Amino acid sequence: MSQAIIDVRGVSKAFGGVIANHEVSLKVEPGKITGLIGPNGSGKTTLFNSIVGQYPIDGGSILFEGQEISRMNVQEIARLGMLRTFQQTRIFSKMNCIQNLLISVPHRKAAWRNMFGKHSPELIEKAERLLEFVGLYSKRKLVAGSLSFGQQKLLEFAMALMNEPKVLLLDEPTAGINPTLINGLIDRLKRANQEFGITLFVIEHNMRVIMNLADQIYCMSHGELLASGSPDEIRDDQRVIDAYLGAH
Amino acid sequence: MTRPSLALHLVLLVAGIVAPFLFPAHSVQFAVFWIFVLFAMTWDTMGGQMGYNSLGNIVFFGLGMYICAVVQIGLFYNVGDYTAASGEIKIDFTDQQYYGGLALGVFLAAIGPVILAVILSKVLFGLRGPYFAIGTLGVAIAAAELTAAWGWVGGGGGISMPVFPGGPGMRERFFYVACMVTTILCYLFLRWLYSTRFSLAINAIRDDEDKAEALGLHTARYKMVAWSVSAFFMGIAGALFGNMTGFIEPLETAYPTLTFGIFMVAMTLLGGKGTLWGPIIGATVFYTLRELTWTYLLGWQYIALGVLIIVNVVYFQQGILGWVQARKPEWFGIRVETQPARAVKVDGKP
Repeated sequence: MSQAIIDVRGVSKAFGGVIANHEVSLKVEPGKITGLIGPNGSGKTTLFNSIVGQYPIDGGSILFEGQEISRMNVQEIARLGMLRTFQQTRIFSKMNCIQNLLISVPHRKAAWRNMFGKHSPELIEKAERLLEFVGLYSKRKLVAGSLSFGQQKLLEFAMALMNEPKVLLLDEPTAGINPTLINGLIDRLKRANQEFGITLFVIEHNMRVIMNLADQIYCMSHGELLASGSPDEIRDDQRVIDAYLGAH
Repeated sequence: MTRPSLALHLVLLVAGIVAPFLFPAHSVQFAVFWIFVLFAMTWDTMGGQMGYNSLGNIVFFGLGMYICAVVQIGLFYNVGDYTAASGEIKIDFTDQQYYGGLALGVFLAAIGPVILAVILSKVLFGLRGPYFAIGTLGVAIAAAELTAAWGWVGGGGGISMPVFPGGPGMRERFFYVACMVTTILCYLFLRWLYSTRFSLAINAIRDDEDKAEALGLHTARYKMVAWSVSAFFMGIAGALFGNMTGFIEPLETAYPTLTFGIFMVAMTLLGGKGTLWGPIIGATVFYTLRELTWTYLLGWQYIALGVLIIVNVVYFQQGILGWVQARKPEWFGIRVETQPARAVKVDGKP
């Protein structure tokens, strides 16, 4: 087993009296697609928010490529190469699709003088290629706010790819997407993983999608890690079935 | 620049140059007009382009005004003694002293507010939305009160500015040109700034700051620079305005939160925020209406302007240019139709 790219060790997070995460430990392997499932309110999104620095954690430790990141803020972690997309899709609604991509470039190396640079033709070309990749090329000059929800989701995915992250945390990438487009999205997620070499860590409710996509799946319930294993192991795990049916 | 655009710029430039010669009695009004345009343009950098509605930008105007006054006097006289005499002391500046002091004063009046903007940005950019607006308003009010309580700079009694050395009519013309040049430089600078990556970054902050942070954008850096740009030009405007008025005091001239401080917001909203020309158009319409109401509706002028602002924000939120943009998006390079895909493979190089 190679070194985990994300190593979550005993992370706890409570909001007042509500314990959202209780000593959760999990590992995301580099180059793989890792899934995170669990019933509503089981603490999946809270864990994502803790990993990317949105919330300060109450206890435990989070390592990214062996580096402790649990005290860093969102921007610093993003610049290290760990990016997330949002459950409620977030794009820059008054800017067009190309502009949305151009501002999503990696900001790791951004120096002060880069603030006033122009966009090189290569960069615009790259933005257009990524819009083609997600199937939005014909809408590239449209204001992002005028796109449908599903298209905005694809745009957000393209923005994430533009950022050249090492790890991408996707919070329900297929929620709200037309079922016929879901297969196309699964295909693109797999290609992002294989062709661009981006490690994926995916929260997903759609079992068909996650079973199809992930190499390794973690299941959470009531803020704790319930089970982990390959898709087949998770599918047959009685505890997981109970958690989803409400027996837990 | 396209040919019609170049022609329009030239026409406006010529109009700006000949205006004080055609109507010499109105030179000061024309100069104030340029300052109003500058108010609206620099406010829009924050409020329109970046989505941070500052009600305290006037603080840079007042600070620049006072810095310039103190430098002009302090170079040749004890400032405390001068203000204590409340206008009794008249210093005879030679031309060289006057223009030298003014040049240094204007320079420092640009730098000082930038330093203040950098400091304030560390404190106030933690606030968002209405909290930022109220926070900045508090700074403006506090600045006026602090200045009024500070005897060394004349307190509430103000400062009489050094007397302009030129002959009759020269002073108005001199400051008219200075205001016009400053505003044009501000326009050209913003025009360049909005053509760089900077404009996308501050627009992204306006549309969704959390998302911009999640992408790793150096949001604090961009916000600080945006405010500093506003502060720089506001400081120069303050220095020029103070000298043009001849007498400065904190509440009505330097930190007029309720007049200039609100006007700059109203002008931008009227013209259409988030565009380069919206604030300019807004300032032109607003200033014209303001002059007309002051002339023909004296006593009711603030009520008339108040009605204008209410109608604007309730029924006409997009502003003049925003209204045109919604009807003729193609004039602004905005596409509403989808375009056909390129005839290349999805992952192939074109």
